[in-house]
Amino acid sequence: MGARYFGAAVKRLEDPKLITGRGQYLDDIAMPGVLHVAVVRSPHAHALINSIDAAMARDHAGVVAVLTAEDLGEMAQKPMPMMAPAPMVKTPLTQSPLAHGSVHYVGEAVALVVAESRAIAEDAAAIVMVDYDPLPAMVDLVHALNDGAAVANQALQSNLAGTLKGGFGDVAGVFAKAAHVFKESLSLHRGGCHAMECRGVMARPDPSGNRIDIWSSTQSPYMVRRALALCLGMDEASVRVTAPDVGGGFGPKAVVYAEDYVIPMAARHLGRALKWVEDRGEHFVATTQQRDQLWELEVAADAQGRMLGIRGHCLHDNGAYLPYGVVLPVTSMSSFPGPYALEALEISLDVIYTNMVPNTPVRGAGRPNTCFVLERLADRVALELGLPREEVRRRSFVQANQFPYETGMKARDGSLVSYDSGDYVQCLDLAMAKFGSDFKARQDKARAEGRYIGMGIASYVEDTGLAPYEGATIRVQPNGKVLLLTGAAAQGQGHKTVFAQIAADQLGITPQDITVEAGDTSLFPLGIGTIASRVAVTGGSSVHMAAVETRAKAIKVASQVLEAQEADLVLEGGFVKVSGTDRQVSLGQLALMLHGNFGQPLPAGIAPGLSATAFYEARQTTFANGTNLCEVEVDIETGAVKILRYVVAHDCGTLINPMLVDGQIRGGVVHGIGNALFERMIYDENGQPQTTNYGEYLLPLATEMPRIEIVHMESPSPRNPIGVKGAGEGGTIPAAACVISAIEDALSPFNVRLKSHPLSPQDLVELVDKA
Amino acid sequence: MSDLDPTQTIRHIRLHVNGVLYERDVLTRTHLGDFLRQELGLTGTHLGCEHGVCGACTVILDDQPIRSCLMLAVQADGARIRTIEGLAQADGTLHPVQEAFWDKHGLQCGFCTPGMVTTLAAVLEADPTMDETAIREAISGNICRCTGYETIVDAALQAASRMRGDR
Repeated sequence: MGARYFGAAVKRLEDPKLITGRGQYLDDIAMPGVLHVAVVRSPHAHALINSIDAAMARDHAGVVAVLTAEDLGEMAQKPMPMMAPAPMVKTPLTQSPLAHGSVHYVGEAVALVVAESRAIAEDAAAIVMVDYDPLPAMVDLVHALNDGAAVANQALQSNLAGTLKGGFGDVAGVFAKAAHVFKESLSLHRGGCHAMECRGVMARPDPSGNRIDIWSSTQSPYMVRRALALCLGMDEASVRVTAPDVGGGFGPKAVVYAEDYVIPMAARHLGRALKWVEDRGEHFVATTQQRDQLWELEVAADAQGRMLGIRGHCLHDNGAYLPYGVVLPVTSMSSFPGPYALEALEISLDVIYTNMVPNTPVRGAGRPNTCFVLERLADRVALELGLPREEVRRRSFVQANQFPYETGMKARDGSLVSYDSGDYVQCLDLAMAKFGSDFKARQDKARAEGRYIGMGIASYVEDTGLAPYEGATIRVQPNGKVLLLTGAAAQGQGHKTVFAQIAADQLGITPQDITVEAGDTSLFPLGIGTIASRVAVTGGSSVHMAAVETRAKAIKVASQVLEAQEADLVLEGGFVKVSGTDRQVSLGQLALMLHGNFGQPLPAGIAPGLSATAFYEARQTTFANGTNLCEVEVDIETGAVKILRYVVAHDCGTLINPMLVDGQIRGGVVHGIGNALFERMIYDENGQPQTTNYGEYLLPLATEMPRIEIVHMESPSPRNPIGVKGAGEGGTIPAAACVISAIEDALSPFNVRLKSHPLSPQDLVELVDKA
Repeated sequence: MSDLDPTQTIRHIRLHVNGVLYERDVLTRTHLGDFLRQELGLTGTHLGCEHGVCGACTVILDDQPIRSCLMLAVQADGARIRTIEGLAQADGTLHPVQEAFWDKHGLQCGFCTPGMVTTLAAVLEADPTMDETAIREAISGNICRCTGYETIVDAALQAASRMRGDR
């Protein structure tokens, strides 16, 4: 059977309802009798709570209840479990569902106001009187570990949560023999999630108190179920969590938040359905972000510009808590050595508590950080040795004949990191070919006219298809239509379409014949979540496996029905056919037969139902790679940066739907451009957030964004049955590094060196003025 | 409370939404987006920022794209409004902008989509000769976090072409 849909630019099954306003996002779900919740949040970065006086709020017309940690008892006071436990952290701090005695960042949830309408709940939230005793706030990453520095939490002796160390090889030896060693100090900031739909949680307790239905705008409904079942002391089967249509995730919606705990808790406490929908102001202060990293590094290179070794140290701001353990700094660590075949590496990251919103992965997690660091070092080597920047990369890359390539680093499970497939040099050359060879001439001409254009380059490798598993059930129904159930819900990626494409080819039907249901814990038993560019690999492979098994069963049963050899049967147009004859039986008839009739045994050796369930376990990682190139023009008078061209050469293995992969890349690149030029979450010295609306915190807009030219390479992964690698974050990872590289190139007549992002127009004007 | 307390004051309004005449008593502080969603059940209009920047809540009021989070429901008294639910024809035929969004992969999560589609429908109905620069300017008040805008622009160009009758 040839692939008809796998690999094709199939239009999305998700779209008809979304383009006509019939999506069902959390706040759209009709829920008779629902009460609305507003959250009272801390206005202080660090403070003790002396008392909470809710009398006035409780008297407000329309207010049903005001609930504090005291009212909800121990389960609201106990710190939430860390989603990824980190034994190396001496003092693991996580937030309580409602603050109990103290607060550690502006925006921390302190109390709930439950009312007949959201407007009334907000009115009353403003008159809940909380008496705080402010404490010194720690917001200064540079000095966070100094003696006498304010601690971010009174439970801490020091702001150091822990230190991660990694590396390989004889670092001292490599640096001693190297022809060149260069030092760099680099810093970067990532910003927030800014999904266009904010978070939200709704909960409806069963009148008996034995069951609860929860809806959450989450990337991880199964993690919400696990957390709530444990917290509420209920069976997982009694806690149903649904991720409805989710309006973007980008990482932060994978966290199980205070509100995910406290809304169901309060719903059970009151015996009422409750809904809380985050507003944008809350999103800026209560949804996790990625904050600052400060790096000190050295790179060793040989006389030909091949990078041999890197050593460095990082201060990583993790905010007030570790909801996700140290996953974020771990992804920064484990992204070394990127695409480079280094002989030695020594990296350490100090994970620091501060009084700012907690950190968890935002699109790319710690990978864009490491890519920025590696690419700045590669550009530095090129600059110092007078080599083309692409040449340093070609010489330093893992070469095509080295796959599978063990980098020297260890994965989280202790196994050796091993890159599966690819040709990094060829991928770079594809980007260069697309970009064209006339740039230098145009740059010289522009400079002669007093214009400053520059070319940027950045390459990356991304670990994708994160363990442990996802699964899928395929069930042919008696009407011939197919139901595909999976835990791997989407937040815009188009999973329904790609899963249907994969299954359709195996079953000889069209994607339109398949209904995909995802993200409802009552429909599929187990799942992990849509994070870390993992679902095409894990979910996609499980769909493939379930479809192959369903197909085999259809052929087996049909061979009895049609009295034909299995080898002579093909699946086509919804039928199993005897090749070269007109004998056939429809999938619907086979399904009906296997659903069974009263008193009639099924065929011998055949289990009920034309269906199969499969789990794909990701025991080995797949690695996508690519090189980005861009062209910018910098106005040295105003500091304005215009991106003139952006080229991506990208290898994420076999493509399931190139149109959707392109969509992931384009959106990802633009997120990275935002990180380079626009997005800056500023806190003042007291830990007060200063950029809490879209006038102050800038997101990329249509008028500023370039077209993104994409070239695909397809190096199938040998590590899963469909050859795919993840594509969700590969756009973002190199984009900021690429834009910064281009700006530095544009400003090379001024010998300006760029060591951080985001860069504002003011920053650039200052740098040019100083030069 | 005085008559001017916006949490208490109620006014009677009449307006057409998607061709249907509605009459309602509304709190004067209720913005048009909340009114459409909560009073009329038209949840296709999405609220993304409620401070007038993201454009997700855009609806077409008397042929102009407006942000329903920046207008009070009482200000829409007497208006003719079209929302995302009212763009397709009664027989289900999609508006050319909706059709083009599907063809060109102009949406991912779909949350900004109603605002993008209504904005583009309004401006292209007024002027289907818009070029890429004009289209980017027209949606510069609509934020999309998923697509990077390129496929939205492509969809708008396709829709413009069809609305000019180029097919």
